[in-house]
Amino acid sequence: MSAPQLEIQLIAALVAVACALPGVFLVLRRMAMMSDAISHTVLLGIVLLFFVVRDLESPWLILGAAGMGVLTVVLVEVVNNTGLVKQDAAIGLVFPALFSLAVILISRFASGVHLDTDAVLLGELAFAPFERLTVLGIDLPKAVWVMGGIVLINLSLIAVFYKELKLATFDPALAAALGLAPAALHYGLMTMVSVTAVGAFESVGSVLVVALMVGPAAAARLLTDNLKRMLALSAGLGVVSAIGGYWLARGLDANIAGSMATVTGILFVVVLVLAPERGLVALAQRRARQRWEFAQAMLAIHLLNHEGRPDYDEESKVVHLQEHLRWTPDFAAGVVARALEGELVQHRNGNLELMEAGRELARQRLMH
Amino acid sequence: MDFGTLFANLFLDYTVRTIALGTAVLGVVSGALGSFALLRRQSLLGDALSHAALPGVALAFLFTGSKTPITLMLGAAAAGVLAILAILGITRATRLKEDTALALVLSTFFGFGLMLLTYLQRNPDARQAGLTSFLFGQAATLLERDVRLMAIFGGLALLVLALFWKEFKLLSFDRDFGDSVGLPMHRLDILLTSLLVVAVVIGLQAVGVVLMSAMLVAPGAAARQWTDRLDRMVLLAGVFGALAGVAGALASSMGRGLSTGPIIVLAASVIALVSLLFAPNRGVLAAWLRRRRNQRRLLANQVLADLYRLGQQHADPQTAHSRAALRVMAFGAAGVSNTLNALEKRGLVQARPDDHWALTAAGTQAAESHLEDVAAEEDR
Amino acid sequence: MTDLAIEITDLTVAYQDKPVLWDVDLAVPTATLMAIVGPNGAGKTTLIKAVLGLVKSAAGQVLIHGKAYAEQRHLVGYVPQRGSVDWDFPTSVLDVVTMGRYGELGWFKRPGKTEREAALEALAQVGMADYASRQISQLSGGQQQRTFLARALVQNAQLYFMDEPFQGVDATTERAIVDILKSLRAAGKTVVAVHHDLQTVPEYFDWVTLLNVRRIASGPVAEAFTEENLRLAYGGRVAFLSPHQHAPSEPAGGG
Repeated sequence: MSAPQLEIQLIAALVAVACALPGVFLVLRRMAMMSDAISHTVLLGIVLLFFVVRDLESPWLILGAAGMGVLTVVLVEVVNNTGLVKQDAAIGLVFPALFSLAVILISRFASGVHLDTDAVLLGELAFAPFERLTVLGIDLPKAVWVMGGIVLINLSLIAVFYKELKLATFDPALAAALGLAPAALHYGLMTMVSVTAVGAFESVGSVLVVALMVGPAAAARLLTDNLKRMLALSAGLGVVSAIGGYWLARGLDANIAGSMATVTGILFVVVLVLAPERGLVALAQRRARQRWEFAQAMLAIHLLNHEGRPDYDEESKVVHLQEHLRWTPDFAAGVVARALEGELVQHRNGNLELMEAGRELARQRLMH
Repeated sequence: MDFGTLFANLFLDYTVRTIALGTAVLGVVSGALGSFALLRRQSLLGDALSHAALPGVALAFLFTGSKTPITLMLGAAAAGVLAILAILGITRATRLKEDTALALVLSTFFGFGLMLLTYLQRNPDARQAGLTSFLFGQAATLLERDVRLMAIFGGLALLVLALFWKEFKLLSFDRDFGDSVGLPMHRLDILLTSLLVVAVVIGLQAVGVVLMSAMLVAPGAAARQWTDRLDRMVLLAGVFGALAGVAGALASSMGRGLSTGPIIVLAASVIALVSLLFAPNRGVLAAWLRRRRNQRRLLANQVLADLYRLGQQHADPQTAHSRAALRVMAFGAAGVSNTLNALEKRGLVQARPDDHWALTAAGTQAAESHLEDVAAEEDR
Repeated sequence: MTDLAIEITDLTVAYQDKPVLWDVDLAVPTATLMAIVGPNGAGKTTLIKAVLGLVKSAAGQVLIHGKAYAEQRHLVGYVPQRGSVDWDFPTSVLDVVTMGRYGELGWFKRPGKTEREAALEALAQVGMADYASRQISQLSGGQQQRTFLARALVQNAQLYFMDEPFQGVDATTERAIVDILKSLRAAGKTVVAVHHDLQTVPEYFDWVTLLNVRRIASGPVAEAFTEENLRLAYGGRVAFLSPHQHAPSEPAGGG
C-alpha cells in the first residue's frame, strides 16, 4: 500500500468516526433527516462566507458553514412553529431552498473558483492526500488534521456532557425538570452535526455524511440497548464501512464516497438480518417459538374463562377449539399435545381440564 | 436579456416552448400529487424516493444498454418502489423510527447509484462522469418526445387521481373510517404512493434527484395557505408547480450553463415563502394582525373597565384618574397611552388636565356592557 | 338467537406477540346502549377495531346480526376517536359528513344531491346545521365530535361503534350526544361506546362491558356494573367511586 492509499483510508476512518458519534444521538432523537438537511445547507454558509473572505482555505468558512447548519435547524423550527405546515414539510421546504440558492450562487458567481457543486455532493476523497499541512513538524494531509480535530472535539464534548445528553435523549421532560436546558443541548448537538458535516463533506460529500451519520448508528441500535456500547459500535461499524468502501471502490474503479455508502448499506442489511436479538432471523425464530407459547396460553385462558360456566362442557372440547379459535386441526392437535406434555391441561371425560400449572400460566399472562 | 426577449422565447422559440411545456407538466403533476404527500405527512418520502431513483437509472442502463428516457424512467420507478418497500420494512420489522429509515435508504441508495454510475463510465471522478444532469437536472436536454412521455405519464397519474378522488381524500383524512366502510385502504395507499413515484420520475430529468423532493412539498405547502378546500388546494398547487417549472425553463434558456433544478426549486420556494407570510387568514402576517387587533381590543376593554371601577369608588363615576394609575392597573402592559388616545378618538374617554383621564357617558355605557359580558362568560 | 346485535366468541388480539385482548366473549342484544369501560390499556379501542376488522385478530370470531362482519358492513357505523385525524385537513364540515356515504356510493361516483341532503339532515340532527360550510379546523372539540357523529348517522346503520364519543366535549354537547344515542335506541338501533366516565355509566347506558385485557363482566348495567366487578377491572383503584356507582336503584330501560 502506498502512502496516499493509507492516508485516504485514514481520512475515511476519521470521517466515519466523526460522523458516527453525533449520528447516534440523531437516530435516538428521531432527527436523522436533520443530517440530510444540514449536510446540504452548510454549502450556502461556505458560499456566502467565501464571498466575504475570498479564500477557500480560510478556517472562517468552516465556522460560517456550521452557523448555516444551525440556522437551518432554527429556520425549520420557525416554519414548524407557525403551525402552517407539519414538521416534515418544514424540513422539506427549508433545506432545498437554501441548497438551491447555494448552487445558483456558485454557478453564477463562483464558477471560476474551486467550488464545485458535484464535489460537494459526491466528495473527492481521492484527491485529499494532495492537500497537505504541516503541524508541529508532522506533514499530513490537511483533511487528517481537520477530521482528527473534529473527532477529538466530538469525543470530548460527548464525554463531558455524556450524562446530560443521555438524559435529554431518553427523557427530555425529566432533563428539563432537572434544569439541564434541553434546548442548549439540542443546539449544541446540532452545532456538532454542522461542524462535522462541513469538515466531512469536503472529503466525502454531503450524501455520504448522511450515510455515515445514520447507517452505522442505525445498525448499532439493532445490536445494543446501551448508549456507550452503541457509540462504540457505531464508530466501529463506520470505520469498517469506510475501509471496506475504499477497497470496493478500488476494485471497481468507482467513486469512493458512493462505494462507502454502499458498504454502509450492506453492513446495515447484514446486521438487520443477523443481529442476535433483534435481527430478522432471531425475530423469526422467536416468533415461531412464541406462536406455540402464545397458543398454549390462549388455550389455558380459554379454559379458565369458561370454567364453571354452563358452556364449559362444549368449550373445552378439542373440536370446539378449532371452530372458535380458528385453529387448523393440525395446529390445535399440536397445541393440545404440547399443553398435555407440559402438564398445563389434562383429559377428563373427553374434555380438557386445566391443571395447576396451566391455571398459573393463564393468570400470569392475564396480568401481562 | 430582458423580459421582452424572455417572453418572445417562450412563445416563439420552439426549443424553449418545448422545455417550458415539459417543466410545466412536471410542475402540475408534482404539485398535485405532492399536496397529498404533504397532507399525509410524507413530505420527506419524496426526498428518499428521488435520491433512491439514481441506482435505478444506472441499473436500467447497465442491463439494457439503452439510454432512452422510457428505460431510465422505468428503472428509476422500480428503484423508487424498492426504496419505499425498504423504508416500510425497516420501520415495521425493527425498532428504528421512520426518520432513520428514510435517511438510511436515501443515502445508501444514492451512494450505490453513484458507485454504479462511476463504475459504468470507468471513471471514478464523479465530476467528469457527466452526472450533473442527473443530480441537478438539465431541462435544456428535454426533447419533444421526452415531453410527450412526461405528459402521457403525468396525464395518466392525474387521471387516476381524479378517478379515485374521494377514496384518496378519505385515505388522507381518516384511513380507519375508510377501512370500516369497506374501502380497500391498503391498496389505495399503494396506488397513491405509486402515483408519487410517477411524479418523482417525471421530474428527474429536469429537476434532478437531489432537489426533486422540493417540488412535491413547496407547491402544496404554498397552496394550502390560500384555501381550505382540498380540490382548490390541489389545483392551485398544480398552478404553482407549473409557474415554478416555467420560470426554471426560461432561466435555463438564458444559457450560462445554469442547472434548471435549483432555479425551479428556488422559484417554488419563493412562492411558498410568500404564501406562508402573506396568505389571507392563515398567513403569518394575517395572524399577527389578528393577534394585535385582539390585544388592542382586550387592552381597550381593560382600560375602560379600570376607569369604571376607579370611578365607582368616587361619587362621580366619571372622575378623572391619572395615566400612571391606569398603567399600574393594566399590570404595566405597554400601549396604555395608545389605547387612551384611541378611546378618546372613539369618544369613550376624555383627557383632563395633568394627564388625567375620565370616562365619557358613552364610555361608561361601553364599560358596563363589557363587564356584563364578562360576568355572563364567567357564569357559563 | 337472532336478536343479538353482536356476538363475539373467544376474540384474541395481539400486537407483535403482545396480547391486548384475551379470549373475549360478548353478546349484545339489539337496541341497547352499551358502554365499554376499563382502565387505560385494557384494550377497549382494540376491541372495537378488532370487531371492525381494522386490526387483525389472532383467534375468535365476530358475528354482526348473525353473520360475519364483511357481509354486514352496511349495517355498521363507526365514530373513531376525535384525536385520530388531522383537524387541519383542508375540508369542510359538510364534506366530512358526506364521507359517511362513501362506502355505499361505489367507485368513481361523486357524492351528489342525495348525499348532500342526507349529510345536511344529519348535521341538523346533531345541531350543526349552521356549520355545514365551516372549515373543520375552526370547530371546537364538541363540534368536532358532533361532526363525526353526523358522519356516522348518514351511514344509516343498525349498529354503531363509537370510540370515546364524550372525550373532551362540553356539557351541552354531551347532553346532545346522549339524546341522540337514546333516540337511536328508540329506533331499534344498537350503540357500543368506549366510555371513560364511570359516574355517568348508569345514567347514559343500559348495558355495560367491563374490560381489562379480558372480559371482566358484561350485561345489563344493574347486574354487571357492581363494585366488585369494577374492582376486578381496575384493580384496587376504585376508591374514588361514589356510592351511587353500584347497581343503580332504578332499573335501566331497554335491554
